[in-house]
This record gives sequence, structure tokens and C-alpha cells, in this order.
Amino acid sequence: MADKLMTINLKVWRQDGPDKPGRLAPYTVEGVNPHMSFLEMFDLLNERLILRGEEPIEFDSDCREGICGSCSMVINGIPHGPHRGTAVCQLHMRHYRDGDTLTVEPWRANAFPLIKDLVVDRGAFDRIIAAGGFVSVNTGSAPDANSLPVEKAASDAAFDFAACIGCGACVAACPNASASLFTGAKIAHLSLYPQGEPERRRRVIAMVNQMEAEGFGDCSNHGECEAVCPKQISISAIAIMRREYVKAVVASND
Amino acid sequence: MNNQSRLFSALTSQVGRKVLTGITGVLLVLYLIAHISGNLSLLGNDPTAFNKYGAFLHGFGKLFYLVEIGLGVTILLHAYIGITIWMRKRAARKQGYAVHGSKGAPSKQSISSRTMIITGTVMLVFITVHVLQFRFGPGEAEGYVQTLSDGTKIHDLRRITVETFSHIGWVVFYVGAVLLLGFHLRHGIWSMLQSLGAMKPRASGTIYALAFILAIILAAAFIFLPIWIHFQGGAA
Ligand code: HEM
Ligand code: FES
Repeated sequence: MADKLMTINLKVWRQDGPDKPGRLAPYTVEGVNPHMSFLEMFDLLNERLILRGEEPIEFDSDCREGICGSCSMVINGIPHGPHRGTAVCQLHMRHYRDGDTLTVEPWRANAFPLIKDLVVDRGAFDRIIAAGGFVSVNTGSAPDANSLPVEKAASDAAFDFAACIGCGACVAACPNASASLFTGAKIAHLSLYPQGEPERRRRVIAMVNQMEAEGFGDCSNHGECEAVCPKQISISAIAIMRREYVKAVVASND
Repeated sequence: MNNQSRLFSALTSQVGRKVLTGITGVLLVLYLIAHISGNLSLLGNDPTAFNKYGAFLHGFGKLFYLVEIGLGVTILLHAYIGITIWMRKRAARKQGYAVHGSKGAPSKQSISSRTMIITGTVMLVFITVHVLQFRFGPGEAEGYVQTLSDGTKIHDLRRITVETFSHIGWVVFYVGAVLLLGFHLRHGIWSMLQSLGAMKPRASGTIYALAFILAIILAAAFIFLPIWIHFQGGAA
């Protein structure tokens, strides 16, 4: 390819383990093709580190097409980097300039304990989902398809909330390390479907309680989460969560 | 769980706390609107208008004191929850970032949203001074009495106001505090609506802009009065 190769200066958070001290380590990556993704640039750097006999930088990734929610890097203070609506695996080096210096840090939140370098444990999200982010279905013969009609508008809106890939950028970006957008998205999604109806009240209470038990902060409506969300999920999910919560408290009689 | 403890745990949950911040926020903003409307009576030509307004409010007797106490409780509850939200947020991220950034719109993160705890704490100090100065300031016993044309005597609150703002130091203090209140409201008015779940995605940009305008109007009105009184000495 005729494109001019770039040199990128990195400061990357290196930390050997959960209780080990960490630091920002400087690296210079030469020969970066502008069509590489941000993660491919890290692959290149890691290959060179391995050849030099150094420990490669640990980071999460899986699908590399913006749908699994594994990748998680904070670039110059912004989770997933500067481009709207993309996970860092889909961020391309052409958005940067030759000679740029970039600081890369892991998701920062007590509820996401650091495992190594840029890898954090996002199990807290799984536990929030396990607390109520599901619908219970009896086993047995499959129900008739289309036996539960869903209005088109509700179905579309629910899908916008269901688009969450659980990456945790919302928490990472939030000045309060709040998990309100993640939790709200799941509650909003299920609140719009008839299948979500039976467990509606206990779901919102249980999920909100779990979110707090995991040590996430309160929401102050900064709205930074919506800006960094690779699926651009609206903070109206958080508004829906609050309405659902109030309804559940007012209406519940058990 | 019985009903009381269930309600208590709901109100102290993350969502409950936020809803309470929103409710107290709405009450305080409504109070500010009523407060500035009353204060504007200082602007007219009638030097008794402001004092008559004060006497009118006190005329409600027990109800007036009840509203006053309610207002005090609202402010204290609002401040208490605001401070606990800030403390919890500090506890939720022990290891911070080396570099900070904001991705920009649609983020509503701003200097206002990040300094709510500072502008709020200044408000707490300001409100204390303000209440001591005016609500518990010199009364009729100290000679602050205005006699109306029909002979009735009422508390001369206008005199306290004019005397206070004849000192440039107090003008600076009030203007400075209200400027910070403006910042508190710039994020606050939008935020309280979102806290109460009153937000549709399409409306959020418009509401954010309208909230900004209301914050400017409120702050500007409260800033204008002390300056005007300082230079005009109040209504004729
Ligand atoms: C005239 C007095 C005041 C008015 C009109 C006012 C108004 C508001 C409003 C409308 C909000 C947004 C509510 C929400 O996010 O749902 C807010 C938030 C807040 N207020 Fe006040 N406030 C006042 C006094 C105070 C005081 C005395 C404090 C004391 C510390 C304070 C601290 C806060 C904090 C920390 C927040 C942000 C809460 C959060 O992070 O979610 N405010 N205020
Ligand atoms: S690696 Fe799957 S979303 Fe980025």
C-alpha cells in the first residue's frame, strides 16, 4: 500500500497483577499502517516486545468487529477513543497523525478490578444481569411463533436498548463510575416487551440493588456514558429505569 | 419487609437518592422563581411594595412557618444527598485516570456538572449568611418599622436590603454567590428533569438548552438587584 507509515508514541498502563504497583510505560511504535485498527497496532507492538524478550501488553479483544464488547482501552482519557459509535477494535489509525503521543489506560472503577495491564474483571456486569436481566420461560413445547404481538415502535425502541454489548465504557467514562447506562439499557429493553412484563417489578429493584452492591457510583446525569457508548445508547434508558423503579416501589404489594 | 422499611430502602437506593435530589431540586428551583418574583417588587416606584409583600406572607401565620420549615428541610435533605453522592463517587474509583477527557456532545459533562459539590457547598454557606442577615436580621423592635398611609406598622425589610447593599463588599458577596448558583443551575435544571425520568431522547437537547436559558435568567435577575440597589438606593 502506498500509504505513508506512521510513528505512534504510546504511554501504556503496565501492571503485573491486581495487587502489584502499576505505571505508565513509554513505547514508540514505528511503521504503523494507517489502515490498521488500534488493536492491530497493539498486536504489532506486542510481536516486537516478544521478539525483544519482553512481556507483551495484556489487553482484551475477541470479535474485532464491534459486537462482542471485549475490547476496552481508554485513549487520552476517552474510552474507545475519539470516534463516535465505535469500539476501540474498530478505531483506525488514520484518525491519528504521524508522531502523536497517546496515553492508554484500562477501565477504571473499583467494581472492575484490574487483572493485568489493560485487562479488568467485568464480572460485576454479569452479576447485575443475573440479578434480574432475564425473562423466565417454562420448559416444554415451544410456544407458537408470533403468539405475543409486539408493536413495531416498541420493538424498534427495545432493540436500540438491546444493542448494548456490555463493554463497560459507560462506567469507564462516568466521572462517578456509575453503571446506570448499562443497567438502565437492560431494564428499558425488557420493559418494552410483553415478555418482560411478569418480572417487571422485581427485576428493576433487584438490578438496581445489585448495581449498588457491586460498588458502582451514583449517577449525576453527566451524560458522558451516552457519548462514549459504541452502540450510542441514549441516557433515556436511565430515565426509563428511574420511572420503572418508582412504579415498582409504588405498585408492589408483596 | 414491612412497608416502612421497604419504602426506606427504596428511598436510600441509588435510584431513590437520585429521585429525591430531583424532587428537592425542583422544589428549590420553584422557590427561587417565587423568591425573585417577590424581590422584583423592590424595583417599582412604591417604597412600601416590598414590605407589604413580606407582611402578606407573614399574614399566613402557622402556614407560613410550616412552609419555611419545609423549605429548610428540603435544602438540608438536598445538601445531604448531594454530599453523599459525591462521597460515594469518590469511593467508587480509588485509582483514577492519568489523562482526563470528554468525548463532547451528546455528553452533558461540563464545568457546571463537575463542580456541583463546590457550588452547592458555597450555596450552603451563602444561604446561612443570607438567612441570618435578612430573616433573622434587625426586626421591628430594633426600629425597622414602616408606617403605611392607613397607620399600620409593618416590618421594614426594604431598609435591611438597602443598607446591606449600600456596602460594596456585600454586593460583591451576593453577586459572586449568585454567579456560582447560576453554574449550579446550568447543570441542575436539566439534571433534575432527567432524575425524575422526564426525558424523551428527542427532547433532551431542547430541554438542555432551555435549562441553560432559565439558569441565566434566574442568575441575572438575582445579580441585577443588589447592583441596582447599590447605585439607586432602592425605589424612591
Ligand atoms: C438555592 C439552593 C439550591 C438549588 C436551587 C439547587 C438546585 C439543584 C438542582 C436543580 C440540582 C439537580 C438535581 C438532580 O440532579 O436531580 C442540584 C444538584 C445538586 N446539588 Fe443543589 N441546589 C441548591 C443548593 C444546594 C446545596 C446547599 C448543596 C450542598 C452541598 C447542593 C448540592 C448539590 C449537589 C452535590 C448536586 C448534584 C447531585 C448529583 O451529583 O447527582 N445544592 N441542585
Ligand atoms: S473486540 Fe469485540 S467489540 Fe471490540
